[in-house]
Amino acid sequence: MLEIRDLHVKFHTRDREAVAGVSLTIGDGEIVGLVGESGSGKSVTAMSVAGLLPRKQCDYSGQILLDGAELLHADRAVLRKIQGKDIGVVFQEPMSCMDPLMKIGRQVEEVLRIHTKLSREERKTLALEALRAVELPDPEGVYEKYPHELSGGMLQRAMIAAAIVARPRLLLLDEPTTALDVTIQAQILDLLKKLNREHGMSMLFISHNLNVVRKLCARVAVMQRGVLVEEGLTENVWSNPRHSYTQRLIAAIPTRNRKEGETHG
Amino acid sequence: MKQRKMNGYLQAGLLLTGLLAALILLGFFWTPYDPSAMSGGEKFLGPSLHHLMGTDKFGRDIFSRVLQGAGTTFTIALCTVAIGAVCGTAIGALTGYFGGLADEVLMRLNDALTAFPSILLALVVISILGPGKKTNVILALGLVFIPSFARVTRTAFAALRDVNYVKSARLMGASSGRILLVHILPNTMQVLLPAITIGFNNAVLAEASMSFLGIGVTPPDASLGYMLSEAQSMFVSAPWYAIGTGLTIVLLVFSVGLIGEGLQRRDKGVA
Repeated sequence: MLEIRDLHVKFHTRDREAVAGVSLTIGDGEIVGLVGESGSGKSVTAMSVAGLLPRKQCDYSGQILLDGAELLHADRAVLRKIQGKDIGVVFQEPMSCMDPLMKIGRQVEEVLRIHTKLSREERKTLALEALRAVELPDPEGVYEKYPHELSGGMLQRAMIAAAIVARPRLLLLDEPTTALDVTIQAQILDLLKKLNREHGMSMLFISHNLNVVRKLCARVAVMQRGVLVEEGLTENVWSNPRHSYTQRLIAAIPTRNRKEGETHG
Repeated sequence: MKQRKMNGYLQAGLLLTGLLAALILLGFFWTPYDPSAMSGGEKFLGPSLHHLMGTDKFGRDIFSRVLQGAGTTFTIALCTVAIGAVCGTAIGALTGYFGGLADEVLMRLNDALTAFPSILLALVVISILGPGKKTNVILALGLVFIPSFARVTRTAFAALRDVNYVKSARLMGASSGRILLVHILPNTMQVLLPAITIGFNNAVLAEASMSFLGIGVTPPDASLGYMLSEAQSMFVSAPWYAIGTGLTIVLLVFSVGLIGEGLQRRDKGVA
């Protein structure tokens, strides 16, 4: 459903290409992990898909197709019709992604207000349904709350609710669990799995943490310095990493019984 | 904006301004005496229960005149700030959010305008529009007040342009207009509201100075500034005229100033 073909992005302020020829496909209902350290180009790739690339400040080429529709070179007006409705995005820091002066309910509904002509009641019904789907306790109460009244984990759930309320076909998750503590992280991962199972939503999950990706994604792509160095089924990549960078990434994960020789890679 | 609590400044300011506004509103419909009725037998009377602020050399009740004059001043200041805030915010929002060449040009123009004293600029506008009319004073002062509002809002909008929740809104497919009005504008209120109170006070003072200098409101309209210039000629024989009028201006500026101070302290959380 999503096809990235030979994506190149180079910012005017940098010498090196941020993304140097990335090709990646995501099938219907598939969760693909995109892993790499900071500066590897994984976030820029996601930004390009989401249509958040600062076009005036960079050179870009290639193709991004969502069910055959070109996004990378699309007109802003065309892009706006797709953003939110067909592609939902969840960022790393839920606290800063919420408008501090707007009630949670209104923020979850915002996508519907932009893309549909539903009545106030219909919007509220859908918003409450989304808040319930992300397993927030007391959805009606949360609906009336302001962001500062919720914890980080609850906010991230609310963000996910806002991203899925319009039932997008693709969910972009840019380090959605990084700012959360470990127990909440696990809960959010379970939630994402459930959403994927129940709604068949495709997801592109971006993380620097291979361990998290392994729990969620069937397929993984590893990026280094703007290039995809390895791609394949997560278990294959995990048990038999071919590229030295992937080997180092795996070796960097603290485990209880680490095999010798993987300690320093 | 975690704490929406009131603080002493805000409470006192709102209370005082509310009282003044109520009095001024009352003055539009009813004053103890006809503000322009002369009475030969009651010249230069000092403050008493009959005439709270005494009478002037024509025997006119000063308290009634102050009520009416304050109404004029209040109206002018309010309209001036409205023009300045609405136009200034619009310009500031567009230049701050979109940036680019228009931003550069408008802001340099803004800098150039700021270099002139505001009274001088207002004087220029008045001399083009023609003096004496209330609407012209409002227009002149309003125009002069646009740059300062534009500057304040430009900074706020530019700062919020790349904030994550604005990015989120953009990713939901919100149009620029929607982002500006629904997502950014409410969040600029913490800087905009204090700016409005300060602007209001500056407008009161600017109107007073202009009318004092004779380029503002002229009879039969009376504003506090005009009355102050009138009081100057009878300062020795009827000092209560100047004092009553002057104190009213001070009180008005002080109460609105309290609101502004209260708002700023609330946002800083100093309370």
